[in-house]
Amino acid sequence: MLAIERIVRASPADAPPEAPLVTSIADGQRLVIAAACRQARALGIAPGQPLAQAQAMVKGLDIRPADPLGDEALVARIADHAARRWTPLAAADLPDGLWLDITGAAHLLGGEARLAAAMQRRLARAGLTTRIAIADCYGAAHGLARWGKDAVAIVPSGEQAQAVASLPVAALRIGAEIEERLTRLGIERIGELLAMPRAPLARRFGMTLVARLDQATGRAAEPVAALVPSEIPAAHRRFAEPIASAEAIAHAIVGLCNALVLRLTEAGLGARRLRLAVERIDGTVQPLILGMARATRDARHLRRLLDARIETIDPGFGIDALVLSAIAAEPLAATQIGSDDAPDLAPLVDRLAGRLGPAALWRSAAVESDVPERAVRRLPALAAPRGGDPWPAHWPRPIRLLDPPEPASAVIALLPDGAPARFTWRRRIHRVVCADGPERIHGEWWKRSTEQSAVRDYFRVEDDAGARFWLYRRGDGVDEATGDLAWFVHGVFA
Amino acid sequence: MLADSLQPGTALADLRRRLSLLERDGRAGRRARLTFDITAIDRQLDAGLLIPALHEASGATPSAGDEAAATAFIAGLAARLGSAPVLWAGRQRDLHAPGIAQLGLHPDRLIRVDASRDEDVLAAMEEALRHGGLSAVIGEIARAGMTATRRLQLAAEARSVTALLLRRHRAAAGAPFAEPSAAHSRWTLAALPSAPLAVDGVGRPRWRLTLVRQRGGEGDAWIVEGCDATGRIALAADAGDRTDRPRIAGRRAA
Repeated sequence: MLAIERIVRASPADAPPEAPLVTSIADGQRLVIAAACRQARALGIAPGQPLAQAQAMVKGLDIRPADPLGDEALVARIADHAARRWTPLAAADLPDGLWLDITGAAHLLGGEARLAAAMQRRLARAGLTTRIAIADCYGAAHGLARWGKDAVAIVPSGEQAQAVASLPVAALRIGAEIEERLTRLGIERIGELLAMPRAPLARRFGMTLVARLDQATGRAAEPVAALVPSEIPAAHRRFAEPIASAEAIAHAIVGLCNALVLRLTEAGLGARRLRLAVERIDGTVQPLILGMARATRDARHLRRLLDARIETIDPGFGIDALVLSAIAAEPLAATQIGSDDAPDLAPLVDRLAGRLGPAALWRSAAVESDVPERAVRRLPALAAPRGGDPWPAHWPRPIRLLDPPEPASAVIALLPDGAPARFTWRRRIHRVVCADGPERIHGEWWKRSTEQSAVRDYFRVEDDAGARFWLYRRGDGVDEATGDLAWFVHGVFA
Repeated sequence: MLADSLQPGTALADLRRRLSLLERDGRAGRRARLTFDITAIDRQLDAGLLIPALHEASGATPSAGDEAAATAFIAGLAARLGSAPVLWAGRQRDLHAPGIAQLGLHPDRLIRVDASRDEDVLAAMEEALRHGGLSAVIGEIARAGMTATRRLQLAAEARSVTALLLRRHRAAAGAPFAEPSAAHSRWTLAALPSAPLAVDGVGRPRWRLTLVRQRGGEGDAWIVEGCDATGRIALAADAGDRTDRPRIAGRRAA
């Protein structure tokens, strides 16, 4: 089921699989079914069947190649996640399960039942159905999870013998051959095996069976190698005496940055986001998050970014420890320094963004719009250059654009396309000496329905003092629907 | 040394190579200048505008036309100062990118910084100057005292990046050039009636460009024609000969 659910997870969210989904894998010369979804199983297809037979039984099967390595990687990721979240002792139980040792961890998360429910919810959010069994020993838990009746089975301490008694012998992990021999002898359930004397069992079937029985009932230990979750690169500094001054924090940051850069270099990573956790003596932790435009492990650059934020740290009664971790890191190859190219602007952008906020730095890009106030949009400062001619250059454009356009009063102009001869703006009368225009710009009816028939006639005028303005009149002077003939000053030319 | 390479071809190549190494840093770099290609101005400036230095410009009066002329002058200088990016920091958001692009400063090169206070503008300028790698750093402020301008001048010299300060008039700040400044040169621009055309219409803009003060030289004033598509200004030819005839497109007037 893991393979099927993994495929379903990867497909687009709003396209429910209509056809029954199966995965196929090569077994010798022929293809057999590796996994089948619920719908397919309801139609009689079972894993292990030859693919040709399944195709003959059900028309319109959705067949995908099985990807055992991908499934294993997913299980490893879930184990990593579990090790971080629920218990430090977690391991993958391939092909589709997890071992978790929750001794001493269950009560921290609200008890075993709540832990099991939380796990189910979390994995269900990821699109995976889970069956959970909690018992004193792994053998019992393994069997109950896979062959038990309930999706969640919690076995009280000491009662695993009764719990596993009703499971089929396949739950003992003994291999197909011994299973077959037991079935031929008529032994179906583990309970029957438990009732038999051990010595004849060991003689006939070998020590494996007895060992597995002991593991299932808890009489033998079963050590499991827990995996170590991948670590976030971090550097810690704990102080003998609580510090509170900015110089002491700055001094500590120097050491932290160097240590973090060492860890990042070892892992071949560059930090994209840093988190400085300030642990105070009253127990509170103040986090400080910094983002970088590009992955970096330049100690000097990180130090400067952190120094700029020292003023925002509130030491309270004193700082006990500082932890600097790279919460988002990307692989960063070694770069050659001292090259002749222009210095990279990313550190400068980071520093200015840290001081003024990331929205304060931007570049302009053209928008395909004739309306002047909509012709420019903002891009991030480090966006790739677009080249070419951004704005069409038929008509001159002012160097300053007033936002919003300021009304001009007492405008004397001949309709329909005469330039103004006089206008009053900001309480000063301007007498026009020469003018260019009109440039007609139509409203964008597809953006706003009120601009359906709106036009603006733009004029570039020069007054007797030599100042050059960009005025427009709403409306073409002929049709009333195009505008109310109001005049505005929209910009100033050089 | 020259004696080592006897052939004239290699000697010239060797000299060129050594000059180009000195060009970026070192004494030649510290004296690199941007020429206006106008003899009168270049002569007054001692071969052109000093590149690793702070220069200030302002409108002659608080009117919108003069301020726009100063903005265009600065944009033209930045467009010609190289192909590296240009940082433009300011408080007001009325700079129109298509207008700047028509003066030769492509939006790919222009990084804009919005600041809420003059101190932030000056701090951003200093950070950018110390970083290097830009061809010009422009800031729009109303007031900058001697200490601030001296810091900018030193930062510009350190990394050979030109710092351009555009002084904007703001009612509370008083006249922009009232305070002393450590800038290498100070300019004022006043918008003048445009060049007369044979047909009716607005011609190439004209400005009165005044070099108010420069370090180690005298001031002067010229009437120039505004920046063309590459950011170059030109000396107005018939500056003294203007008739005050209204020239409005589509109309004839006496």
